[in-house]
Amino acid sequence: MWQDLFNMSMLYATLRAATPLIITAIGGLIAERSGIINIALEGKMLMGAFTAVVVSYYTGNPWLGVLGAIIAGGIMALIHGVVSIKYKANQVVSGTAINILAGGLTIFLLQIIFGVAGTSPQVKKLPAWGPFHPIVYFGILLVFVTHYVIYYTSWGLRVRAIGEHPSAADTVGINVIKMRYICVIISGMLAGLAGAALSLGDLNVFVKGMTSGRGYIALAAMIFGKWTPIGALGASLLFGYSTALQMGLQGRGIPSQIVQMIPYIFTMIALAGFVGKSTPPAALGEPYDKAKR
Amino acid sequence: MQPILTMENITKRFPGVIANDGVNFDLQAGEIHALVGENGAGKSTLMNVLFGLYQPEEGKIAYKGEELIINEPTQAIKLGIGMVHQHFKLVQPLTVTENIILGSEPTLGIKINKEKALKDVDELSKKYGLIIDPKAKIENITVGMQQRVEILKTLYRGADIIILDEPTAVLTPQEVKELFAILKGLTDQGKSIIFITHKLNEVMEIADRATVMRRGKTIGTVSTKETSPTQLAEMMVGRQVLLRVEKQEAKLGKEVLKVEGVSGNDDRNLQVVDNVSLSIRAGEILGIAGVEGNGQSELIEILTGLRKPTSGDIYLNDKKITGLTAREIKNSHVGYIPEDRHKRGLILDFSISENAILGIHQRKPFAKGMQLNLSEIKKHADNLIEKYDIRTPNREVHARNLSGGNQQKIIIARELEIDPVLIIASQPTRGVDIGAIEFIHKQIIEARDEGKAVLLVSAELQEILSLSDRIAVIYEGEIVDIIDAKEATEEKLGLLMAGVRN
Repeated sequence: MWQDLFNMSMLYATLRAATPLIITAIGGLIAERSGIINIALEGKMLMGAFTAVVVSYYTGNPWLGVLGAIIAGGIMALIHGVVSIKYKANQVVSGTAINILAGGLTIFLLQIIFGVAGTSPQVKKLPAWGPFHPIVYFGILLVFVTHYVIYYTSWGLRVRAIGEHPSAADTVGINVIKMRYICVIISGMLAGLAGAALSLGDLNVFVKGMTSGRGYIALAAMIFGKWTPIGALGASLLFGYSTALQMGLQGRGIPSQIVQMIPYIFTMIALAGFVGKSTPPAALGEPYDKAKR
Repeated sequence: MQPILTMENITKRFPGVIANDGVNFDLQAGEIHALVGENGAGKSTLMNVLFGLYQPEEGKIAYKGEELIINEPTQAIKLGIGMVHQHFKLVQPLTVTENIILGSEPTLGIKINKEKALKDVDELSKKYGLIIDPKAKIENITVGMQQRVEILKTLYRGADIIILDEPTAVLTPQEVKELFAILKGLTDQGKSIIFITHKLNEVMEIADRATVMRRGKTIGTVSTKETSPTQLAEMMVGRQVLLRVEKQEAKLGKEVLKVEGVSGNDDRNLQVVDNVSLSIRAGEILGIAGVEGNGQSELIEILTGLRKPTSGDIYLNDKKITGLTAREIKNSHVGYIPEDRHKRGLILDFSISENAILGIHQRKPFAKGMQLNLSEIKKHADNLIEKYDIRTPNREVHARNLSGGNQQKIIIARELEIDPVLIIASQPTRGVDIGAIEFIHKQIIEARDEGKAVLLVSAELQEILSLSDRIAVIYEGEIVDIIDAKEATEEKLGLLMAGVRN
């Protein structure tokens, strides 16, 4: 039994399943550290997954597909940014709207472009580098780069400051609005990339609704990880492991739904403060209004 | 001597109001210049013009002999103008050093040069005698230290002029003394300070000159050596103001409140109220003097039913009220003016009419069955607005949009109108302007003369001395002594407040 739970193939499966979560959670973290709630990660991921397949289909080059996914995620994020930063709309509402938009738009475009309802034609996928597709390695690297940037560079210090107390940052000459746009767009680009990892890394097709809640799980991983990159990595791996476990336990009499529930129970325990406090940035979700400084 | 800064004929209009109307102001190098005026007089607007947050429609600013326009706070900072805002602009989870360097970080490649940052901050703090802990997080240090961090922030950016907006509002008397010593030290090293306040005793104590503003205009600039608080108050308000409270001899009735051996804990479960016994009679004001944080807040919360005592008993008109809920105590005719009007006294986004019935909304005539009786509520609000001189366009204005003085008047009106036998007033005039202070003091004295018992807690020693009939001094949760107000002096109270017993 134990050998079935902890072995190399489980490790590989865990990393594969965790990769989109890691990248999206880091994206979410960058946006939220700057003060913008990014519940739209799910939609951005879905748009990324779709765009990646379309670009790869027309160019025959999966790398261009990945680039397309990043750009698509960035554009979706720009919409979220304009609505919630410039027009100061409620960020949760704006994000939810983007998720619904992405769900509908991808199905619509699937029909227009490929003339199919559920699954796109097969396209050229990313090559395997050893046991993994390239984005897996990028995801791990991203965690440590982000950790360094957030905690050791002046840019990171400023991001942390604007998410906690934007007017304090403003009065020492930091452009809060510009920085928030940058953070939201980076966040969207990473979610788009995570989408490409699903459609061109793990598979070679787009399936409607294929992100199936991973954007929200990534958000949970970010919260579970207390808005820190290393924490988000740990939480994503835990969630990835439970996905791997669920596949490994198939046909063994343990209902997979039970296994699937484990990460969420952990998240609730984390949120309730049983494993130390998880405090969001103080100005999270508050649009910055210069007139009120 | 040539002033370091002159602001001439500054006019700034907002839709519907002229916030600054031909204002003149000048600052000498090395002086502490108080900018005095009631809330809404235009002090903050003037300073925001200087700091580049607003651009004036008319007027000239000359700085170090050069005429210029300041468009952005960043430009003001570069010129050497720093501002310490009333609500600190500090990022709580970051360290002292990180807050000071934020926006002007010393770097090594793309990395922040932490060693240099720590060294720079340490040097600055030593040079100006601003004691801080550079590695502590803001959320873990005292308000006084947070203020020193704010001052260091301006110095780190090379400020020659430091604007301090109501800097003493959040400080304990001891911290005020420390701040004043720091300010003197800064001017000795050639810095110039603009000190915004409406506390006249502070102006007299710390400032070299004072410029008084009223309704957007400068009334005049005076040297503090040649003026008096009375004159300043008159300039501020535009009429004679009674700084001294006039009151008759107390006509004592029977005992209303009796507190026997009450002890209690704070939110961290540490004992902060220690065996307190008090008694207040009808027609009497008992003041509680003490440095803030010596258990006053918790004692008041115990008396009003917001906190459970760990031992002891409380009697109201010989009836035991220990352990009753806040509503039950209010229903026994106890009026409560809480220390923090934003947190406990008002719901800022509710209208005046709604705020005026908080806590009594379930009673007749404001409620009929499950429904609110809106016409009665409106009538009640209009009534209070008139009787208590609440300055507002109408009763539907949200409490948030009123000045501190008018917000406080809503609470006082509400609590006095429940026909209290006991009034518990905690910091009743904190952060309100002179006109409102005068009015609130009058209301408290009137209530006493009508035979109500009053328990007054205040961090302003002057307020305690002028209103109270007897004064209890609290130190580390214990009542050190209770003395007759006629025999009390600031010196005597000061010693007791420091825990020195005779």
